[in-house]
Amino acid sequence: MKRRLRDVPWAIAMLLPSIALVAVWTIYPLVKAIQFGHLTCDVTGKKCRDVGWGRYWDVFTSTQFQHSLGVSLKLMLLTVPTGLVLGIGLAVLADKHLRGIGIFRTIFSSTVATSVAVASLVWFVLLQPQIGVLADVFSGWFPVLKNPGLLNDPGTALLAVAFSSIWANLGFTFIIITAALQSVPRDLYESAYVDGAGSTRRFTNVTLPMIAPTLLFVGVVLTTRALQTYGEIALLTSGGPNPEKPTTTIPYLIYGRTSLIHTDLGTKSAAAVLLFLLSLVLALVQFRGLEKRVHYGS
Amino acid sequence: MILLGPSGCGKSTLLRTVAGLEDPTAGDVFIGDRRVNDVQPKERDIAMVFQSYALYPHKTVAANIEFPLKVRGVGKSQRAEEARNAAALLGLEPQLKRKPGQLSGGQRQRVALARAIVRKPSVFLMDEPLSNLDAKLRGDTRAELVDLHRRIDSTFIYVTHDQVEAMTMGTRVAVLNFGKLQQVGTPQDVYDRPATAFVAQFIGTPPMNLLPAGMLGSDSVQVGIRPEHLKLAPGGELHAVVRQVEHLGHEVLLTADANGTRLVSRLEPSAFIPEVGDPVAFDADPGRRHHFDATTGERVP
Repeated sequence: MKRRLRDVPWAIAMLLPSIALVAVWTIYPLVKAIQFGHLTCDVTGKKCRDVGWGRYWDVFTSTQFQHSLGVSLKLMLLTVPTGLVLGIGLAVLADKHLRGIGIFRTIFSSTVATSVAVASLVWFVLLQPQIGVLADVFSGWFPVLKNPGLLNDPGTALLAVAFSSIWANLGFTFIIITAALQSVPRDLYESAYVDGAGSTRRFTNVTLPMIAPTLLFVGVVLTTRALQTYGEIALLTSGGPNPEKPTTTIPYLIYGRTSLIHTDLGTKSAAAVLLFLLSLVLALVQFRGLEKRVHYGS
Repeated sequence: MILLGPSGCGKSTLLRTVAGLEDPTAGDVFIGDRRVNDVQPKERDIAMVFQSYALYPHKTVAANIEFPLKVRGVGKSQRAEEARNAAALLGLEPQLKRKPGQLSGGQRQRVALARAIVRKPSVFLMDEPLSNLDAKLRGDTRAELVDLHRRIDSTFIYVTHDQVEAMTMGTRVAVLNFGKLQQVGTPQDVYDRPATAFVAQFIGTPPMNLLPAGMLGSDSVQVGIRPEHLKLAPGGELHAVVRQVEHLGHEVLLTADANGTRLVSRLEPSAFIPEVGDPVAFDADPGRRHHFDATTGERVP
């Protein structure tokens, strides 16, 4: 016990850098946001008055927030499962000892090094009705690509944003899942093979359970990223096309240039706190729901 | 059948070829009378136990043992029944509901065995199944495997680099080196009449003394003498100086130097034991000497 007490100053000293970082860039803004959520301020931000916790409820029940909540959840449902399935698919494809497989691995993981801005720009150009390659090639099958353009049709805009988002996250998913695949002992596959398991059964009985912890992690990260999608929206659609605003996600509602609450510090702080709670709840649900079914090794 | 040899000699590759995990570049693989070169592993009627045991960590012991049956579409109740029987054979019943992570090394090894047994294969393939166990457990499990072999009466092909396992467990031993088969025979046969100088030195602890050509007899022949046959004899032909004396209780190992050649002799503790630095003379019964060709290493009758 004495020894432990003696260690305390050192422990604090060692932890201090991390504590400082988390405190300044995570805890402080969070506390501040929660605080702002109570306030109504004038345009200058100088004169504020407290409107209490009821603000959160008002924001939550407002049409705009409900609409954005729907958009964010839809985007999440569009991107997370597809992203996971594609990531697993590519990783399994590239997890073979073939000549030149490194080239494919590099290509598949390249989107990790692509910023949201670049990725969005690429898709913006590809989908551009006048000059976009995708628009040119596939417009015969999908006239919407030409008129009004995938990003300009309220029915397809969110889907187009989802494409871009899935593509941009695929490199990350691919790398993490590839690493997980390579840590699966070869013996397990060989043993299953000798016991007569075909490739499908080897996948479901060996691969999936062995990489399940990684999938859970990637799933949580992708979910959080989907809920925080802002850059793609700002660059591709600005939350539009108006007036339906089918791509105004919660982050865009909070922060977007054309958002109606853009200048209202109190309201957008409240919305941000609600978004945080939503991510938290979803992450907890994923961990709680899947933890029992995920095996973390011995 | 034990496949014995030093690491990298090709014994595991041979086993994997029999299993169908590797394709032979030349030659045929027969199981019984059937040529199985083009037969899938699952159709070969074999079961394999891996060095790492290769248990599925996310499945319970019962589910691990049932897996080969499940793959074959055996019904649920029959599967459970047969898994229980296999587990009972190895004393694993109390562990059936646990996961491999909660078991000891010995228990895991047994689960791997049970998973092989449950298939009732005509051939068991085992790749160094004891090498991850501690010494005591290894001894016990060795005896159990011998017992199991007697009870289930299938062919076992067992890969090891441990000559003690080979000698104690094998009906026949195949010694390999550098991908070449050196000798096949009963353990006693291999010990008594090693076919090459390599086999002579690989089997037996301490290894057989191998005298360079010309030291005893002919210039073209190496002479091998097992430590227990190298006797102290005042008028002996081999003169040496004692370098080391090891008292092991039931025996004494005497290491001596004869003009740069290391000689080891195994003596009774009750015999006269010289001290380090003493000059000694050795001799060996001509009938106990092994002769190997100096260039090829092959046995000369």
